[in-house]
Amino acid sequence: MQKIKEKSIEAFLILCASITVFTTLGIIVILSIETFQFFREVSVFEFFTGTEWTPLFAIKKYGILPLVAGTLLTTLIAIAVALPLGLTIAVYLNEYADQRLKAVIKPLLEILAAIPTVVYGFFALTFVTPVLQKIIPSLSGFNALSAGLVMGVMIIPYVSSLSEDALSAVPKSLREAAYGMGSTRLQTAFKVMLPAASSGVIVSVILAISRAIGETMIVAVAAGQEPKFTFNPLQSIETITTYIVQVSMGDVPQNSLEFRSIFAAGITLFGLTFILNNISYWMKQKYQQKYE
Amino acid sequence: MYKLEARDIQLYYGQKHALKGISMAIKPNTVTAFIGPSGCGKSTFLRCFNRMNDLIDTCRIEGEILIDGRDIYKDRINVVDHRKKIGMVFQKPNPFPKSIFENVAYGLRINGITHKKFLEETVERSLRQAALWDEVKDDLKKSALALSGGQQQRLCIARTLAVEPSVILMDEPCSALDPISTAKVEELIHELKNKYTIVMVTHNMQQAARVSDRTAFFYLGELIEYDDTPTIFTNPAKEATQNYVTGRFG
Repeated sequence: MQKIKEKSIEAFLILCASITVFTTLGIIVILSIETFQFFREVSVFEFFTGTEWTPLFAIKKYGILPLVAGTLLTTLIAIAVALPLGLTIAVYLNEYADQRLKAVIKPLLEILAAIPTVVYGFFALTFVTPVLQKIIPSLSGFNALSAGLVMGVMIIPYVSSLSEDALSAVPKSLREAAYGMGSTRLQTAFKVMLPAASSGVIVSVILAISRAIGETMIVAVAAGQEPKFTFNPLQSIETITTYIVQVSMGDVPQNSLEFRSIFAAGITLFGLTFILNNISYWMKQKYQQKYE
Repeated sequence: MYKLEARDIQLYYGQKHALKGISMAIKPNTVTAFIGPSGCGKSTFLRCFNRMNDLIDTCRIEGEILIDGRDIYKDRINVVDHRKKIGMVFQKPNPFPKSIFENVAYGLRINGITHKKFLEETVERSLRQAALWDEVKDDLKKSALALSGGQQQRLCIARTLAVEPSVILMDEPCSALDPISTAKVEELIHELKNKYTIVMVTHNMQQAARVSDRTAFFYLGELIEYDDTPTIFTNPAKEATQNYVTGRFG
């Protein structure tokens, strides 16, 4: 009786685990099939090197580079905001703030990640862009800059919270060694604690980047949905994700070439995050410090 | 002239009265051992000398600690500068996650020294002093975490020596080491005495007897007895000391 119970529990657990595996496999299969169909009509070379993306126009061109550029541009801006701010916050919480303050600030920060992204999108469009336009008059109404900046704010908690966890996990003895040598707080934080926590910090940053690459609503609302092959943050752009939304919501007939283009775009996105995950895994292996 | 002097130290952790009126004077170029059962306050007292207790929020301290006649708990003292003059070696070896070279050079680097030749010379000298040079001279670029526990502890001693402090505090420096490494560290302590004033906490009575000149016995936050090491171990004045060193309790 006991044995049957054990077996059935085990079977149930395997079932739960397999659901996630099959979902992932299913996604990859569907993406691959549709992408394969797509590439029967569009050359792979044109797709990955073309600098024009106009599937919804009369003259259709399928060059993914404008979407990749838009994605990388907004992600880059977001990381430029989130990395310094997130790390500063993590170091402050870990090294300077007293425990009671930290107990209040950390959950508050994590609320940033819980705000619906469409709210961020409208914040970028109706507040950040007008303010920026006062400083940079040439800024267009829809632009990569404000979308990227707001996205950066959104992913701050990913960097700060996970980096702070990594810093907290550094053995107390290391901090004592640093102070014992006569280090200031700043030296302790940046010369000892951060290097010791580097693997966790790197993982937090890669996770934030993945989040930024996959982010849809903010860019859809504030960046303009205009595929342009540019790295100028003052212009309107379109990212891979927003293109997928645009087509999925719109009037494009199913099984048409335009429709299939979102699967090709999707697999490109998948490829980008897959590469990032591998980099993060490799970095973690390389920089991981072993403590007893 | 005494190197270190404590005058009526009272220390509290929140409500807990951890050190009760401790006074002690330590001469330069001596090894002083603090012995006593766990929780008796000997480590806490040791950490008063480089103000490491400052890192604990709830800790409050009264009394005076004088180093070369200067009170280190007066406000105008710069704690960071003060800690540079007082080296500390901890119970568990705690090298930084850097190379062997960078570990020893750390103290110089945070003081803004970048002169390559000087760094190299200091690293070599310190590693030699810590009796580690011959074992690591070919892999100075290797991570310090790859060393054995005994080597790590000697590396931590070398790291401390590099900035040439005048006092070295050791908090059970051999408790995580095997007997051979322990013997090496003890030998080292013996040699370092010529240049430095050493204060060490130890749970190992034989170690205290072997390496120290003076021994202090702590019990329940009080300094029970402080005298020449042979006297403490063969002819102590207090019964509690007698009971502890002969292993009847503790």
